[in-house]
Amino acid sequence: MKNFALAGNPNCGKTTLFNALTGSTAHVGNWPGVTVDKKEGVYKKLEENVNVVDLPGIYSLSPYTPEEVVARNYILDEKPDCVINIIDATNLERNLYLTTQIMEIDVPMVIALNMMDAVEKAGDKIDAKDLEARLGLPVIPISALRSEGIHELMERAYESAKTPRAGVTVLEESAIKHLVWDVKIALSAQKVENPVFHAVKLVEEDELEVEAHKDILHMVDEFKSTFDDEIFGTDFESLIADGRYKYITKNFSPALKRKNKNPLRMTTSDKVDRVLTHKIWGIPIFLAILFAMFHLTFSENFLGIGTLFSLPTLDEIGVGEGIGRDLLACVYDGVIYSPGVILFNLMDLLTATLSGWISGGVMSLGASDWVMGFVSDGVLAGISGVLSFVPQIVFLLLLLSILEDTGYMARVAFILDRICRKFGVSGRAFIPMIMGFGCSVPAMINTRTLADEKEKVMTIRAIPFFTCGAKVPVLTGVAGAIAMFFNTGNADIITYSMYVLGLVVAVVTIIAMHSTTQRGEITPFIMELPAYHLPSGRALMIHLWDKVKHYVKKVFTIILASTIVIWFLSNFSWAFWNGLVAIEDSILASLGKLLQPIFTPLGFGSQLGGLGWMFVVAAITGLIAKENVIATFAALSAVLGSVVASESGVTEIALIIAKTGITIPGLLAFIVFNMTTIPCFASVATAKGELGRRVWWTILFWMVTSMCSGAVVYAFATMFTEWSTWSILVSVLFVIVAVLSVVLVRRYNKLHPKKR
Amino acid sequence: MIKTLDQFTIGESGVVKSMTAEGKIKRRLLDMGITNGTKIYLRKKAPLGDPLEVTVRGYELTLRKAEGACIVMEVEK
Repeated sequence: MKNFALAGNPNCGKTTLFNALTGSTAHVGNWPGVTVDKKEGVYKKLEENVNVVDLPGIYSLSPYTPEEVVARNYILDEKPDCVINIIDATNLERNLYLTTQIMEIDVPMVIALNMMDAVEKAGDKIDAKDLEARLGLPVIPISALRSEGIHELMERAYESAKTPRAGVTVLEESAIKHLVWDVKIALSAQKVENPVFHAVKLVEEDELEVEAHKDILHMVDEFKSTFDDEIFGTDFESLIADGRYKYITKNFSPALKRKNKNPLRMTTSDKVDRVLTHKIWGIPIFLAILFAMFHLTFSENFLGIGTLFSLPTLDEIGVGEGIGRDLLACVYDGVIYSPGVILFNLMDLLTATLSGWISGGVMSLGASDWVMGFVSDGVLAGISGVLSFVPQIVFLLLLLSILEDTGYMARVAFILDRICRKFGVSGRAFIPMIMGFGCSVPAMINTRTLADEKEKVMTIRAIPFFTCGAKVPVLTGVAGAIAMFFNTGNADIITYSMYVLGLVVAVVTIIAMHSTTQRGEITPFIMELPAYHLPSGRALMIHLWDKVKHYVKKVFTIILASTIVIWFLSNFSWAFWNGLVAIEDSILASLGKLLQPIFTPLGFGSQLGGLGWMFVVAAITGLIAKENVIATFAALSAVLGSVVASESGVTEIALIIAKTGITIPGLLAFIVFNMTTIPCFASVATAKGELGRRVWWTILFWMVTSMCSGAVVYAFATMFTEWSTWSILVSVLFVIVAVLSVVLVRRYNKLHPKKR
Repeated sequence: MIKTLDQFTIGESGVVKSMTAEGKIKRRLLDMGITNGTKIYLRKKAPLGDPLEVTVRGYELTLRKAEGACIVMEVEK
């Protein structure tokens, strides 16, 4: 099977074309570098099937980011049968820069002139035939979004793949051509593949190239010693980039006919941008958007309408029992719920009804207590508790994807760079962190677009502190139970403040890392700001469907398996042949009791006595997947006594609170511990993929951070609720230790300045 | 008049005379199309005054003042 590679700048519509060609489910985003994986698919409409590889979006083949290295090595080493170079027709000049580099490699190539519809809409004209004649390569106008011209593109690519093409350089017009040519001849004599490409890169002093061809470096230097340009001197890097751009402007300005001569005219995108990145309003708008996003997803009192107009509850109206009331209660009960909560309620109603039917069915079959307990507590409780959250989590992901696809995320990086830099990362690193609010896995993968290794390490470590969708059940469940059991009123306030606390932990740890193990210069911030556009519904749906599949799969595999294991561990003792035992005597209890003392500084350890291990066990099962925490609580409470099963596990947790006598500070510390500790298996595996062996340090980092932040929250919260000498002493101790370590680190860094 | 890009006021434009950046920053600036003779227009500054947003070769690019300080410009009238 033939292999075609798609190469092009970020945001040129490459992923859209890939989806159109392969019908695959790759995600389409609108900020530089969303395509970070090597994706493959098959195009079936030619005489033979063709394998299509989607390379990362890159601006150049110079090794600035790991993605550029990936794309470059793929073309050089894997030798695809044809490279399809996609070019954003609305941004011809910069896009052709990459073209001039791929042209130097000995590989057949065709050019897909994408977004021609947008060019025509603006009233401009690009003469594709003229471009083809000037470049000496097939140029096919397409619209990836509307799937126009893509079959012709593939046919011409297939045709081109039949004959080999030797690399050519566009530098022949510039002063440097003799130098490149001499090196090329020397390389050809050594039978080096792709001599033109390597010659140019060697002259340019490209770091990878210099490393790979040490043997002929002296020869290149010899050639160079005879060279001295009157403008550039011996700055070969600038000379070559300049040569490429000169060639582009000279040859391609004639192919482009602009209707509006003024390139600085205000487009709609510019007008939108004026508001969103406004000098004064830019940051408040960002915060408002963030707040709106969470309010839409989690608020149990949407826009405060219920309280504002003192609307009556369903009981006050006197709505009768029945399915009609149940459905109405999903949307309204004295307050109007936000869309995310409505989705949750509907799903919860569905899962609760289904579980009821299933347990009823099993019971009518005359199952024993043992089987009944296993089915309803071991399997159904865990699964339905978690499944209920899927629509709400997906809704949050939808909102995040819209921010990404419209191009707003890139602006967030722009407006927050100055603040982020104070902490030790660039604004660019903030994009994966915000994505962490959705799911840590894609967020961690996204860090591949960061150019600096240290920045990447810091970002990956901080991502779990941005409360992901799967941690929301823990948050709302425990917060709801606090509000219910202690009668503290609004659970939303606890939820929001825990989100903020996660941000604080992220900031503090980034500062700590940046001034200790990850010291270094802040990376440069040179980034394209793509034009705003409306998100494509189709791309969003493809992306969300992927996520739904991911979560549902997780529920029926890892979460199902772990709830079953937990059920067994909590119903059997080490002498399991003796049959069911009381939970105090179970294996789980003995394991939990063993670890319980460790959590004493966090308020859910030894001080809770007999049943305190339940919190320990829930936190530990959370290391597999955070949804497990609630599933575990549900299973444990079922063993403790009967409660009316509730949405989000609130009543179950309240029962455990009652039985263990845990305090509010202890519960807050429990939430904080779960939010900042080692994330789920999937995230740890992703982090391992990105960081290699350093992942062990990262796991240790997460453990230490969660123990410390849990202990700090417990100590300070206790100071407010109980005001004991102990809590004051501990709090003062924390402050002293914190101040002391800051002073010591600063002093050390001053005495040992980082070498460049 | 000659001044570096970070000294520009919003709405000012000019032509690149030379670049003092080195290493990766220089590589990136060149790849993004900032070469001698390129016209750059300072479109806006971020809410906190840094980074900058410029129009170069028909697209929007953002870079910090620190990077802008490496780009020596001839101001256009």
